[in-house]
Amino acid sequence: MTSYFHEEIETMPRVALQALQLKRLQATVARVYEKVPFYRQTLTKAGIRPEQIRSLDDLRRLPFTTKQDMRDAYPYNLFAASMDEIVRIHASSGTTGKPTVVGYTLKDIEVWTDLMARSFVAAGAHKGDIIHNAYGYGLFTGGLGAHYGAERLGASVIPISGGNTARQLMIMQDFGSTVLTCTPSYSLYMAEEAREAGIDFRNLKLRVGIFGAEPWSEDMRTEIEAKLNLHAIDIYGLSEIMGPGVAIECIEMKKGLHIWEDHFLAEIIDPDSGEVLPEGSRGELVITTITKEGIPLVRYRTRDITSLSCEPCACGRTHARLNRMSGRSDDMLIIRGVNVFPSQIESILMRIERVEPHYLLIVDRVDNLDTLEVQVEVDELLFSDEIKVLQTLAHRIEKEIKDMLGVTSKVRLVEPKTIARSEGKAKRVIDNRKR
Amino acid sequence: MKVEQISIFIENKSGRLAEVARVLGQKGVNIRALALADTSDFGILRLIVDQTDLAKATLKEGGFTVSKTEVVAVEVPDQPGGLSGILDVLDNAKVNVEYMYAFVERCGGNAVIIFRFDDPEAAIRVLTDNNIAILAGERLYKM
Repeated sequence: MTSYFHEEIETMPRVALQALQLKRLQATVARVYEKVPFYRQTLTKAGIRPEQIRSLDDLRRLPFTTKQDMRDAYPYNLFAASMDEIVRIHASSGTTGKPTVVGYTLKDIEVWTDLMARSFVAAGAHKGDIIHNAYGYGLFTGGLGAHYGAERLGASVIPISGGNTARQLMIMQDFGSTVLTCTPSYSLYMAEEAREAGIDFRNLKLRVGIFGAEPWSEDMRTEIEAKLNLHAIDIYGLSEIMGPGVAIECIEMKKGLHIWEDHFLAEIIDPDSGEVLPEGSRGELVITTITKEGIPLVRYRTRDITSLSCEPCACGRTHARLNRMSGRSDDMLIIRGVNVFPSQIESILMRIERVEPHYLLIVDRVDNLDTLEVQVEVDELLFSDEIKVLQTLAHRIEKEIKDMLGVTSKVRLVEPKTIARSEGKAKRVIDNRKR
Repeated sequence: MKVEQISIFIENKSGRLAEVARVLGQKGVNIRALALADTSDFGILRLIVDQTDLAKATLKEGGFTVSKTEVVAVEVPDQPGGLSGILDVLDNAKVNVEYMYAFVERCGGNAVIIFRFDDPEAAIRVLTDNNIAILAGERLYKM
């Protein structure tokens, strides 16, 4: 039996869901046209007035909003609510330059809290769970987003935030944590630290792990589930749209992330032409928020590469499913003309027995030719006393990468812990070509 | 009959070897024999020390990847043809040598050769049958 948080909405027939979406889309377009000068300009330039939105198909006539538009609006120029109505401000980590800023009204926080609680239930969490929330608290949406949702669910939330792994493990053992929320890379770091400290996850009460904020692979799921002895569930969200809880896998299927379509419209486009692609095609995810007040976004280009399916899911939820993200379009590396996502290399490494998921890709350009170096840590399981065994391993990884992705790489075996560990989003790529 | 050896994974970058020596020195571990096999990227340092377990634990604590392997030590006269005689015996018996290294005893006129075999039991049998002296670990550690 599937559990739901909002059964009626989550299982709503698609026709009814679409009617609700249209009403909300119309209200959103009207709101941004009235309140946000940026949207008034772009809509006017595209020759569209809000009352011309008569069907969901009219969505594709609307102009896109990009990350750059958000940067240009720094800090508050895309807000559609006055500052007296805004009760919370978050900002993206913004690796380059200024962060992107988002504001929430009380109602926005309510919706987010509900959707996060809905996501927890879909992932198999329930009232009575002890939720160990190791997402960072602060400007980053992960910590607080999961926190409020956990409380709404009626679970006990441990607001441990990121960092101090030894303490995390102690609390996990002593407090009897049953649900873990953090980035997938941090979960594996915890597993590694636990092993060194002689802690066996089989003796812990963890049942479910909800991992997000960075793309990860199916093979990494297998690894996490084996090492942490729990169900590993993929969650999706981004601060521009809301934060965690935009979409999540159901524990019943673990096959695609249900995007909560009563609040978000999803489209897949060709990232180059901007054309909307048919259902099932892989492309860039574009999201329109249809209930937000603080900072509604119309056709926001997420830069995440995925595909969308409206096929009914065995869990009973009718909301469309996003395929696992294969990466951000801006994480994509072009190496000698070949598109490579770090997650693809990760999958290859995971499939090779005994290789730890601690890797770093170093891209460079030597004599006008792109080079890819894959650094892989050698731990005790991988180590052999014989040179040829290690060299064979390195060559095998190189060959797999060549066979699967069509790029030549150089695998460098490095000492353990030389690749920096992350308690938040893992840094997987150093691209020295960018100047 | 076998001798314990520790092997350490070392990245090919400056200071790593020195770090191993420093860590062991601080703990009072004495190195009896040493060999370094290297490639352009990494190397494997093989050591025979007077306190194997202490050395292994210390290096592990220091963040190194360490393993313990068993090798066979053979004593040969330090004179022309000494090594050749042993290798001939092994070759005739089709015993495969993974790697080997040697050092000369501080006193006495013998050389000690450390062998890593893929089948150490068979190798020991062949050597013993041919009256070649195999050194016990305890003797080597104290040498």
